[in-house]
Amino acid sequence: MSIVNTSDVKSIRNIQEEIVAEFEVYEDWMDKYNCLIELSRDLPVIDPRQKVNENLIRGCQSKVWLNADYQNGIIHFSADSDAIITKGIVSLLIRILSGRTPDEIMNADLSFMDQIGLRENLSPTRSNGLLSMIKQMKLYALAFKTKYEK
Amino acid sequence: MKYNVNAIRNDFPILHREVYNKPLIYLDNGATTQKPLRVINCIRDFQRFRNSSIHRGVHYLSEQATGEFENARKTVQQFIHALHPHEIIFTPGTTASINGIAFSFGEKYVKAGDEILITEMEHHANIVPWQMLCERKKAVLKVIPFSDEGKLKLDELDRLITPKTRLITVIHVSNTLGTVNPVEEIIRKAHASDIPVLVDGAQSVQHTPIDVQKMDCDFFVFSGHKVYGPTGIGILYGKEKWLEELPPFQGGGEMVDVVTMEKTTYNGLPFKFEAGTPNYIGAIALAEALQYISGLGLDHIAAYEQELLDYGISKLSELEYVKLYGTTRPKSAVISFNLDGIHPYDAGMIMDKMGIAVRTGTHCAQPVMQHYGISGTIRASLALYNTCEELDALVDSVKKVKTMFS
Repeated sequence: MSIVNTSDVKSIRNIQEEIVAEFEVYEDWMDKYNCLIELSRDLPVIDPRQKVNENLIRGCQSKVWLNADYQNGIIHFSADSDAIITKGIVSLLIRILSGRTPDEIMNADLSFMDQIGLRENLSPTRSNGLLSMIKQMKLYALAFKTKYEK
Repeated sequence: MKYNVNAIRNDFPILHREVYNKPLIYLDNGATTQKPLRVINCIRDFQRFRNSSIHRGVHYLSEQATGEFENARKTVQQFIHALHPHEIIFTPGTTASINGIAFSFGEKYVKAGDEILITEMEHHANIVPWQMLCERKKAVLKVIPFSDEGKLKLDELDRLITPKTRLITVIHVSNTLGTVNPVEEIIRKAHASDIPVLVDGAQSVQHTPIDVQKMDCDFFVFSGHKVYGPTGIGILYGKEKWLEELPPFQGGGEMVDVVTMEKTTYNGLPFKFEAGTPNYIGAIALAEALQYISGLGLDHIAAYEQELLDYGISKLSELEYVKLYGTTRPKSAVISFNLDGIHPYDAGMIMDKMGIAVRTGTHCAQPVMQHYGISGTIRASLALYNTCEELDALVDSVKKVKTMFS
């Protein structure tokens, strides 16, 4: 795996802006959801060895598996879900938060979900595991920071 | 009398609203039913003009409120054909009723090694309280299984009932499969061995006439909000002899006779089981709801809903990628299904955007999902105000989901 110099990559904010721009072209919800279905297909396949109960984030309805690796100050996430729409949103979160430093992840505000009109998917009442996934990503960041960056 | 569903729909203001700029198609009635205007007005008018706590005051409003509350009890008694009004206990709902019985019955009659018999198709509310009781008393929970068609395997009943069986508890209509269980047969067999039976009527009272005396159940429980009444009110019916014998499950005001710091003697039925200020507005509004559906006629409602159910099932069955769960008859107003290779959550998300309210997931009956080895189903649950046109819209949304995820 190459060493990533974070100064060369786009900021979390840049990527969120990109995503918002990408979603702006969709006028109705059906197109947005079709886009999420497409995105779910693009999500890199998670290593089957990572799709274990220890990595399972229990949403009430859809399951999300999340794996985190720390290398040279950077956290790489991989994830999967058994529901397609959830998986599409997971792919957006991975695109934004994977390959970041713990500090970047911990401080990320994910306002793009609001702006692309998918906020409802992060509601605690949706029970799709996404909110817990974001919490878990931030917890990983804190844990790696505590462990490696004293 | 002709069943005029359009006129009935006008009684329910919420049915005329839109979601996402589309007409609301509400098919989540197993979770909660919508309220007719007279129930809504009943609550509003009581709060506004007649509110007063019951059973305590000598004043005018309290007398009047107490009278309405006790009349509500009589309405419930007549609705389920109980012998006495004091066999009707107001509780916060089905879950509270079952927990109450599990506690009181457990304290009085269950000891280590005893057995409680439930079924594999129970709602969690009729599983967990008994597991807690078994844990507390070191008793054993035994389970009547069901077939893949969704029918209880009653031929196993003779084997499962033992001299240690203390109580049998069974869901009347499965909230997941819609199966109408032969509770009379179970009760007959149980009573032959002097075992009492609790019937969970949360999904039956709104669909079919109930006669607890004919059924001969020992306990019958249901929730107000699933029978067109408000939330936070429910019923625990118990035969007088059981309610007399059982200890109260909660202590507090109103349920007592004499309280000294050393000892308390309890009030008589039904007050022994109604500690604290009851949800009297809920009780009065529940009675209003029961009067409303009695006015329509439970037989007419049942016949109409059966037509709807048959229509919906026949339409969905035409789609080869639809897998239906709970195919046995008799069946009440629940259509549980999955679409080949599509997660129920994905389907529910798309259907929601089309204005269709269904429930997806395990429906608080995870053992049923485990039976079929699935993570959940899509459940359309019907009520007296649904229409064939709404079921057509459901089928259209299913087709749309299939196109999107193929």
